[in-house]
Amino acid sequence: MSATAAVRSGAGPRLGGLWVLPPLLLLAALFFYPLALIAGQSLVGDDGAVSLAGYGAVLTGPLFANALWHTIEIAVGATAGCLVLGFVMALLLTFVPIPGGRLIARLIDTFIALPTFLVALAFTFIYGSAGLLNMAAMGATGLSTPPIDFLYSVWGVILAEVTVYTPFIMRPLLASFSLIETAQIEVASSLGAGPWRIIRQVIFPAALPALLAGGSLCLLLTVNEFGVVFFIGAKGVITLPLLIYSKAIEESDYSTACVIAMVNVVLSLSLYALYRTLVARLGGDRAGVV
Amino acid sequence: MLVWSSSGRAWAWGVLLACFFLIYGVPLAIIALASVAGEWNSVLPEKFTFLHYRHAFSGEASAQLRASIATGAIASLVALVAGTWSALALRTIARVPRRVLDMLFFVPSAVPSVSVGLGLLVAFSRPPVLLNGTTAIVIIAHLVLISAFTYGNVSAGLSRLPADVEQIAESLGATPAYRLRRITLPLLAPYLVAAFSLSFAMSMGELGATVMVYPPGWVTLPVGIFALTDRGAVFDGAALTVVLAATTLLVLFGLSRMPSRAVAR
Repeated sequence: MSATAAVRSGAGPRLGGLWVLPPLLLLAALFFYPLALIAGQSLVGDDGAVSLAGYGAVLTGPLFANALWHTIEIAVGATAGCLVLGFVMALLLTFVPIPGGRLIARLIDTFIALPTFLVALAFTFIYGSAGLLNMAAMGATGLSTPPIDFLYSVWGVILAEVTVYTPFIMRPLLASFSLIETAQIEVASSLGAGPWRIIRQVIFPAALPALLAGGSLCLLLTVNEFGVVFFIGAKGVITLPLLIYSKAIEESDYSTACVIAMVNVVLSLSLYALYRTLVARLGGDRAGVV
Repeated sequence: MLVWSSSGRAWAWGVLLACFFLIYGVPLAIIALASVAGEWNSVLPEKFTFLHYRHAFSGEASAQLRASIATGAIASLVALVAGTWSALALRTIARVPRRVLDMLFFVPSAVPSVSVGLGLLVAFSRPPVLLNGTTAIVIIAHLVLISAFTYGNVSAGLSRLPADVEQIAESLGATPAYRLRRITLPLLAPYLVAAFSLSFAMSMGELGATVMVYPPGWVTLPVGIFALTDRGAVFDGAALTVVLAATTLLVLFGLSRMPSRAVAR
């Protein structure tokens, strides 16, 4: 942070600021202008007059309420799952070192680079109605219908998103764990503290900033997630991004799509503000979150 | 070391390995298995074939692979130039406006991809600029979505550069252009490569915005994979997913080895 402030352009520090205009104009034309048009279209009714009637009609409808509820349910459930799983795995990787642990951490980290729908596709092969587990269960019990059908419920989406987003929790957690002095843990241990007490009183407090920052990032990403829900394709599980897609592309109802998009954007931006605030407040050491 | 007894340690390792293999190993293995499955009517496939890979590298699918790579490369390159430009320009700005501008450059990463696609669709289906149905709108969608990550990576790198090197160059009379070309950019190179890799990987897997704006002539791999699985060609879809993941990782690892040992972290 201090390094950026230290370097002041020698050639005209006043006019130097103008250099930011070209990328800023690009961003304005390609991002803020379209966003403003979404806001505009969401306020214009079929008759071309500006009104909030569109919002009234869409927001009180059952489709929207359903999608909003599913979005929040999935985001909160998946984030909670990611936090628990990420904490346990990062804890074991750091404090019960296993041969090849670094490789495991690297492999999990590479998962971030893979498309999110890969997991959803894999889940249909494992838990889907014609998937491995159902085949095994039907072969063993002689049932004629697949007994395992959670994949096509909210739980299937949550489980897939936990798999996809746990690495995003582990990355900052591993960084903050590596800052804990091992001597601190050894002293606590030699004074008679058991592993649970050390986790509760030493490790967890040190990990809290990373958990909060990672968790809020996770909430944001799961609210915005499209690929996983789209690929699982459960009829009953529609989230806000999916509803926007189906209104705009399948029904060509752009006004409704724009209203829902506005709600989704506001929700996402609030979560993003929360994330930035948490990182700024708690991560004096930035807790490894870039 | 948190667990001292050997039985406790074995137990902890068991939990870790079970989590790792069940959560990350099994999905990858099952995709790989499905991509070579010829017939799959019981628990595991009975017959194996490479036919799905032959499909993946011919006709429609290979055009989709080319479209994805081209989209990823162009969008990432433009995002890299724009991101580096903004990060460098922001250094010369006073603290308060800098924080506001910094926020603006980050905002696209917070907006859901489907809404970014919807916005482009609404904005460029009307005058003055008509782009609906062109290749350009797909590339623009990817550019917008990855721009914040590129900018973030570059400006994080910039804040970690040793400040004195640039000041010394300045005190020795180096012009700003010379300083940028010979000092700042070379020091920044590892972060530029990392930023490009990340945005390329994101672009390769992008689905939400693409599905809103793509024209029939420019179908990216994720859209193609969805179309395949949607009409029941799941094994072809799995093979194409393996190709997509392998291409992404190949580019990532290739790039991470490129400039000396400086890449680090």
